[in-house]
Amino acid sequence: MTIAQIIFLVVAGATLGSAFMVVTSRNLIHAALWLVATLFGVAVQYALLNAGFLAVVQVVVYIGAIAILFIFAVMLTRKEIRDQGPQLNSSWWLSATLSVVTFGGLVGMLWGWKDMAHTVPDIPPGFDSISALGDALVSPDAFVLPFEVASILLLAALVGAVYVAFNRK
Amino acid sequence: MVPLSWYLIFAAGLFSLGLFGVLARRNAVAILLGVELMLNAVNINLAAFWRYGTITNMAGQVFAIIVFAVAAAEVAVGLALVISVYRRHNTVVADEIDMLKW
Repeated sequence: MTIAQIIFLVVAGATLGSAFMVVTSRNLIHAALWLVATLFGVAVQYALLNAGFLAVVQVVVYIGAIAILFIFAVMLTRKEIRDQGPQLNSSWWLSATLSVVTFGGLVGMLWGWKDMAHTVPDIPPGFDSISALGDALVSPDAFVLPFEVASILLLAALVGAVYVAFNRK
Repeated sequence: MVPLSWYLIFAAGLFSLGLFGVLARRNAVAILLGVELMLNAVNINLAAFWRYGTITNMAGQVFAIIVFAVAAAEVAVGLALVISVYRRHNTVVADEIDMLKW
């Protein structure tokens, strides 16, 4: 077992454990903080996959913006997190069965796949993934159109969010 | 090195936990937390297939960045809706938000 495998297993275990706490913890502030831990674990996985830009964007956008937005939302709807009612609905066992079946189905599908133990290809010398990603995002024969559409989607969503949450009084 | 299947199984576990959160939680903000977990699981798969496939083809990373943008948009609109519903009906429990039901 190599160092990379040990790091992967430790980080994956911690990430899955904090993801479990996200969906089960009673206090929503704690759930949001466990989400930060989960997102950080995923960022480490990106770094292990040599996707440095994704790791940085994960920390800046997900942890820095989205998780903080969640904490704001929990605080603005504070009354509900204090109530002592059940945090899971009455058919939670059905949901648990469905998620276990989904997980079993995905793993079972991977089991019959012949590229299961596919090993990682070497990075060609002189290949810089960040500059290749930047070229791909703005090059007209690659992904400039999806990139622009995503920026318009983000602008429309932010205008819509301000409109929906605006207090008219 | 780490085999590809480890990443895929890890992502499948994260996806299933997010699915459980979406289906079982009563609080609307907690449902959105589950959606975030599912989107992250998909992103791990995209990055893993980019790394283990043809590394000069950047489609996997580009698609992961589009997923980041969509996730940010989804959270912004979703939390705005939750706050707006809370302001008008004083609840964030998904079962009680049934104004569209007859």
